[in-house]
Amino acid sequence: MGAIVKKPRVLDAAALGELFEALKAAGHTLIGPVPRDGAIQYQPIDGVADLPAGWSDFQDKGRYRLNETGEASLFDYASAPQSWKRYLHPPRLKLFSARREKGRIRFDDEAEPIPKYAFIGVRACDLNAIAIQDRVFIGNGQIDPHYAARRERAFLVAVNCSRAGGTCFCTSMGTGPRAETGYDIALTELIDDRGHRFLLETGSDAGESIAAGLDAAAAAPEDIDAAAAISERVAGNMGRSLDTEGLPEILAKNLSHPHWDAVAERCLACSNCTMVCPSCFCTSVEDTTSLEDGTAERWRDWDSCFSGRFSYVVGGQVRDSTRSRYRQWLTHKLSYWHEQFGSSGCVGCGRCITWCPVGIDITEEAAAIRATDEA
Amino acid sequence: MPEAAAVADPMVPVPYRVLRQRREIDGVHTLDFEPAEGRTPFRALPGQFNMVYAYGIGEAAISLSGDCDDTKTIRHTIRKVGAVTAGLCSLGKGDSVGIRGPFGRPWPLDEARGADIVVVAGGIGLAPLRPAIYGLLAKRERYGRIAVLYGSRSPEELLFLDELKRWRGRFDLEVEATVDHTTGGWFGQVGVVTALIDRAGFDPDNAVALICGPEIMMRFCARELEHRGMSPADIYVSMERNMACGVGHCGHCQFGPEFVCKDGPVFAYDRVEPIMTLREV
Repeated sequence: MGAIVKKPRVLDAAALGELFEALKAAGHTLIGPVPRDGAIQYQPIDGVADLPAGWSDFQDKGRYRLNETGEASLFDYASAPQSWKRYLHPPRLKLFSARREKGRIRFDDEAEPIPKYAFIGVRACDLNAIAIQDRVFIGNGQIDPHYAARRERAFLVAVNCSRAGGTCFCTSMGTGPRAETGYDIALTELIDDRGHRFLLETGSDAGESIAAGLDAAAAAPEDIDAAAAISERVAGNMGRSLDTEGLPEILAKNLSHPHWDAVAERCLACSNCTMVCPSCFCTSVEDTTSLEDGTAERWRDWDSCFSGRFSYVVGGQVRDSTRSRYRQWLTHKLSYWHEQFGSSGCVGCGRCITWCPVGIDITEEAAAIRATDEA
Repeated sequence: MPEAAAVADPMVPVPYRVLRQRREIDGVHTLDFEPAEGRTPFRALPGQFNMVYAYGIGEAAISLSGDCDDTKTIRHTIRKVGAVTAGLCSLGKGDSVGIRGPFGRPWPLDEARGADIVVVAGGIGLAPLRPAIYGLLAKRERYGRIAVLYGSRSPEELLFLDELKRWRGRFDLEVEATVDHTTGGWFGQVGVVTALIDRAGFDPDNAVALICGPEIMMRFCARELEHRGMSPADIYVSMERNMACGVGHCGHCQFGPEFVCKDGPVFAYDRVEPIMTLREV
């Protein structure tokens, strides 16, 4: 990622478009927050006008609402329903096409153009989620070339949260609210009597080289203090908390705990939590043949440990009950992930709580097992 | 971040051609494959598996069942249980498949040097153990006593019967077989394979056990071996889960903290015993 350069600058809000233009000029496709269909969505954007100016969100168990605030702020919302995962690890991807030629199979590993993204508005929790998926797809012995190619080309503009969401608990997971590492440029939106502006920090050579071309003066101590105060206030306003002390061990030795049955009574095994989770990485492949010309294809789709055939072996599903599927998800995320990848699989973004249709809360379920740890 | 330039996609198979196929028992076929082009040696270790692709149908994880010293051909013994395996079993000489692999951790043949070896197989579980038996016999002088204990449901389902008879004729190998039930014409032992463990000749303080079969059979065998005084750390089992990618990316084969495809399929029993005794892990 190159040397980390810390020379905070200040960028006037009116000049934010310059940053976007510089990224476009460097060949990046901008993906940023857009208010659409009643939610903040990370989608292709042209410029500042697409950003959710004056929009904020309300989040709680199974609840999400966008509200108009009438404020000038551009980034005054918490986690969007979908994370950046869908761009680095696409929900559906063709892996190859194949045809039979003179009795043998020819595999065509089509080299499709790899998108070169710039993500605008990556929160600290999601930076950590990207770092987790780096360990899954790049640092795990075998490289997923599709992920790696997208990741290598991506430019990350973090925007520090100015508000904690109702289901947020990044402070518990040590992943936020302030972006500490893993970004190219980090912004903090400041709105006060000194004006509407962004504190701009660089975290990589690529970030520094883009920032150097902007009309951004060195930040005043007041700007730096104002940004720090925002992160401090957000840290104190988390909607949820999770006690992680000894949690991996507690969960691993409570696989027979009766609380799994209690969760299963509510859980629909709908897989929403895994779809919105920024670190969940499971997929299935589908092999098909064309009736037209006999060519075969392999497609990879996101899958979930909650889905029906996920654990299929000859004779049936290993995990047939909802109880065992929820237990798999929670123990993987909060316990076994440490052994597999050296960190928790949870970054405290709160999406699984917000988007659970029956309001199951990962922090409550983990706490319930801790409270009655009998093993 | 590591450079990813020019990394081959581990999800794209390599074309292979069927050299020959034979029916072993009802519903079980052995297929030999050679590369469709070129002669890149295929290096694998006993206990590893490949993902074998039936054109347009899909892929299945199949253990190697041949001699791993033969780097020219790949041998798989396949039981017809679904669309992919039925597709593979219907192939004949010259037909094409795709193969990815080898994947997974092998049987600990090097670590077992100097020890007595107890091989316990149940049903089709003899197929993934056969490369280990070849490996043991190829370097016979490295090991102490070797026992091969095999159980199947019925006499008709005993796999590799000719080979079992050949092995049984050797003075440096103890081979015992048992069947769960018989309809007549079988004058061998009847009963579960665990019963053979009691009588097998090995020194529990200096033995390594290799077990492959249904999960319940492996658990009872491990328990029986522990009764005879073996340490769970010297007992190895080969686990089956839904191995789909082979490289720890798809998540399907997770078994507690393990990815069976890359941390297994062969595990020391002390590592998996706590979760193997629970349901639906």
